[in-house]
Amino acid sequence: MNTVCSLAKVVVLEMVRRKDFYVLFILTVLLTGTAGSVNLFNDRSIVRYLKEICLLLIWLSSLVMAITCTARQIPMEREQRTIFPLLAKPVTRGQFLLGKFLGCWLAVGMALAVFYFFFGLVSASREQQWPVLNYVQAAWLHWVMLGVVVAFTLLGSIVFAAPSSNGTICFVVSVGILLLGRHLNKVALGLPQPWQSLLYGSYFVIPHLELFDVRDLIIHNWELIPWGMVGLATLYAAAYAAVFLLAAIWVFRRRPLN
Amino acid sequence: MEATVAIENLRVEYRSRELGLATKVAVRGLSLAVGQGEVFGFLGPNGAGKTSTMNVLLGFVPPSAGSARIFGVDVREPIARQRIGYLPEQTYYYKFLTAEELLHFYAGIFQIPPAERGARVDQVLKLVELEHARKRQLKTYSKGMQQRAGLAQALINNPDLLILDEPTSGLDPIGRMKVREIIQRLKNEGKTVFFSSHELGEVETVCDRVAILHQGELKAEGRVADLVAQHAASLEQVFLKLVGYHPHP
Repeated sequence: MNTVCSLAKVVVLEMVRRKDFYVLFILTVLLTGTAGSVNLFNDRSIVRYLKEICLLLIWLSSLVMAITCTARQIPMEREQRTIFPLLAKPVTRGQFLLGKFLGCWLAVGMALAVFYFFFGLVSASREQQWPVLNYVQAAWLHWVMLGVVVAFTLLGSIVFAAPSSNGTICFVVSVGILLLGRHLNKVALGLPQPWQSLLYGSYFVIPHLELFDVRDLIIHNWELIPWGMVGLATLYAAAYAAVFLLAAIWVFRRRPLN
Repeated sequence: MEATVAIENLRVEYRSRELGLATKVAVRGLSLAVGQGEVFGFLGPNGAGKTSTMNVLLGFVPPSAGSARIFGVDVREPIARQRIGYLPEQTYYYKFLTAEELLHFYAGIFQIPPAERGARVDQVLKLVELEHARKRQLKTYSKGMQQRAGLAQALINNPDLLILDEPTSGLDPIGRMKVREIIQRLKNEGKTVFFSSHELGEVETVCDRVAILHQGELKAEGRVADLVAQHAASLEQVFLKLVGYHPHP
């Protein structure tokens, strides 16, 4: 575990020291701040729409951040050959991948914490209330969902050589699942065979990322989700992340490094 | 006594991904042993199979046939690398880290207890004379400084075996001298050093024994003095003769 943590720490340090990380970060904060401070027609209900826009922005930024940061990890290690002195140490390829996963997930988690905190401050200043537990649940489920995204992007970075193609594929897949995932079974019913079975089967196989999208909890100040359900959702995400990581380790162990 | 490095009938093949291209054999039936405390020079022209052999020793490439063991442990086991220090030919390190951070990172990988890490980092930084630049990111270092930082990371775990891939490549004469002094000091401490180099003069000065590889095959192995006496020529002439190079008159 020490090895995995040491590797994760370096990934976090790298992200903190990279300038492109801050560009997205500052852009999101600026847009959130600006949207949050707009006061259209003195209408209080407009705050809800603004919250929706801000949260969408946070979701998009976090997805871009998670995918781009993860997609470049392995290809960059190979291109800059930093993987060689590292794997010449008593580090297994599995530990290496777990370290990368943990580092990317933690770094994205840190960014999420700042995003949600800042967003919470802005909306609390407009609404005169801050339902902290709603924010905690929404942010936690968001972060857990990103764990699945980071894991499959890591798998993609071993399968696809170019980080750009991997990044694009992972982004399209993630957004596709978020938008269409819950409707796949209904769409399948209208298709001829064998597409119907194929699409219906994929409905049960894909990780349903849309389950973690509980933005309405913050937008409409809904009742809290039972904590047991949050725990189950966390287990669901952990299972998918584990499957993707195991697949990544299995593929990576067979790849010669030279 | 068991050899520190034991290679037996090692064969390394690279299969081409393109159809119609034959499998490339990088190393053919290589056998050699390096004893404890020896400084062993691994020589050969480019493409001779030196790096492939080192890649097998470091676990980057699995042997196609034969075996390689370090301290009696199969090189495919990560634990075989616990007592190794490796210096690559180029400076392949995280350039966004400072030398101190890099060394703390590798110390963590080797499970050096946190209480001892600081002292160990200080010790190796002093050895490679980088104390003054310990807080600077590696990207601000000169080539020679980066190579010395590399040497420091190779020594962080106080290894019993050092594998150095052309350690003085690209260094100026002072840099080369410093690296050579460090190798000499390690030799005096009883460490085993296995290194590849194109600098035959340097090999002659530092090494106890050498192996000369050409087209994946071992052409000669023995003490430098014995090889020189046997062929009645300098090490450079012995090397050129064994790799089949005949200078034009």
